Amino acid sequence: MKKIYLDYAATTPVDKRVEKAMEPFLSEKFGNTMSLHSFGQEAKLALENSRQVFADIINAKSNEIIFTSSATESNNLALKGVASASRKAASAKAPASQGHIIISSIEHPCIAESAKWLKRQGFEITKLPVDKYGLVNPKDVKNAITSKTILVSVMHASNEIGTIEPIAEIGKICKGKGIYFHTDASQSFGKITIDVKKMNIDLLTASSHKIYGPKGAGLLYIRSGVKIDPILHGGGQENGLRGSTVNVPAIVGFAKAVEICQKEMAREGARLSKLRDKLIKSVLKIKGSHLNGHPKVRLANNASFWFEFVEGESLIMRLDLEGIACSTGSACSSFKLEPSEVLLATGLKPQEAHGSLRVSLGRFTTEKEIDKLIKVLPGIVKKIREMSPYGKEN
Amino acid sequence: MATFKNPHNYGKIKNADGIGKVGNIVCGDVMWLYIKVGKNKQGEEIIKDIKFETFGCVAAISTSSIITDLVKGKTIKDALKITKDNVIESLGGLPKIKYHCSVLAVDALIEAIYDYFKKSKKPIPSDLQKKHEIIQKSKDIIEKRYEKWAK
Repeated sequence: MKKIYLDYAATTPVDKRVEKAMEPFLSEKFGNTMSLHSFGQEAKLALENSRQVFADIINAKSNEIIFTSSATESNNLALKGVASASRKAASAKAPASQGHIIISSIEHPCIAESAKWLKRQGFEITKLPVDKYGLVNPKDVKNAITSKTILVSVMHASNEIGTIEPIAEIGKICKGKGIYFHTDASQSFGKITIDVKKMNIDLLTASSHKIYGPKGAGLLYIRSGVKIDPILHGGGQENGLRGSTVNVPAIVGFAKAVEICQKEMAREGARLSKLRDKLIKSVLKIKGSHLNGHPKVRLANNASFWFEFVEGESLIMRLDLEGIACSTGSACSSFKLEPSEVLLATGLKPQEAHGSLRVSLGRFTTEKEIDKLIKVLPGIVKKIREMSPYGKEN
Repeated sequence: MATFKNPHNYGKIKNADGIGKVGNIVCGDVMWLYIKVGKNKQGEEIIKDIKFETFGCVAAISTSSIITDLVKGKTIKDALKITKDNVIESLGGLPKIKYHCSVLAVDALIEAIYDYFKKSKKPIPSDLQKKHEIIQKSKDIIEKRYEKWAK
């Protein structure tokens, strides 16, 4: 059976072109970017060329791009680094003052958990609500800002439900108030054009393995002038903001990956939206099925549903038996029993959030694959409902 | 996995002698077991037939199916001796985070047998009564959640 991968929001395969770009940096040009000799220089050059690629794409300066190991690390650095720097500034003026940080209620755990940790360190955290589509209201951001607010962090697009947030509007509000604005663009980077100047973004997170680059590379854009402390102290790499020997092959791959995405963005976006809309239209014909996220303002590659009287994990496993790999943001996944916080934030009840299915499309998704899913899904949903005490059609 | 792919004994038993309905508060899984009671040659009461209906994850469906296989034909006395470890063992193991599913299956069986005792106005052994009360507490919470659907 040919396997069908429809979980591109989880991770993507490395594009062959990316693999080729990385290859010389494994055993041939292997130098440490901090070394003075020619090996080091060669690696340093590749690193700085890669940095320039990202700077050009998001309209930043190359010294504003800091490479990390992952989006998780970038997000940790953004929140904890800004918080730490603000504490220093605050304690000089008023010793007892601790800052206030605003995040949305649908952030990825690496933001939500970092915020939770900062709360334990004495910072005040506000979680903004979202509407039933998962949208943050910029007015809520404005109202949540206090004299103590140091940072607002709202993701660009939801990893679970695909909704695209109004980050330009939020950026404008933050700029007006003189507060840093961070956005986690892990799911949107390389898919939607981002201009950090126009959108008033002070800090931005992006990830390599979501865009056909290798795992182990991420970045944080930090506008020059933003006060931030490192969380990894070491040998002064990345402008002193991130100690660690630089992962040159992964970063070279990441840069190649974004170049490809940028070049193919318009065409690929149109192709995927069409497939996505076909899928959504067909799936919603199943009785008791619902779309998660915004019907229009959503990522071209994300379709998220919930089904009445269906448990998400059973659905995923039955699809897997058909050779189709999707995911559920839902409970009873192998690591968590509680239903998805994101779906609960959009107003779903716990039992409803349990029945979720996320289908995420990508570069190698074909119409034939979507058709197969459309074909098998109704039968699987029916079978699960047959086994359940609820939802029988009688 | 094989059990999940082809679960045994799912469905309803019309005019069942006992029905056990249980739920897990955290993950929201719901399991209903139906039993039909008969007698063996020695005149002891046995579980003649058993079926399940489950809303839940892979492990919940698998444990449901396994427990029906385990108790079918057993005397009620022996059926009550089944523990979560028997269920896990018969499945060939369960991830730790899914242990509660095996507990759910055992609870559903206890509830079904309790229901049978009650319906047939038989004296209820005190330990069965105790177990029943504990299970009932968490069930109330779950039922409230699913009220809308159960209608």
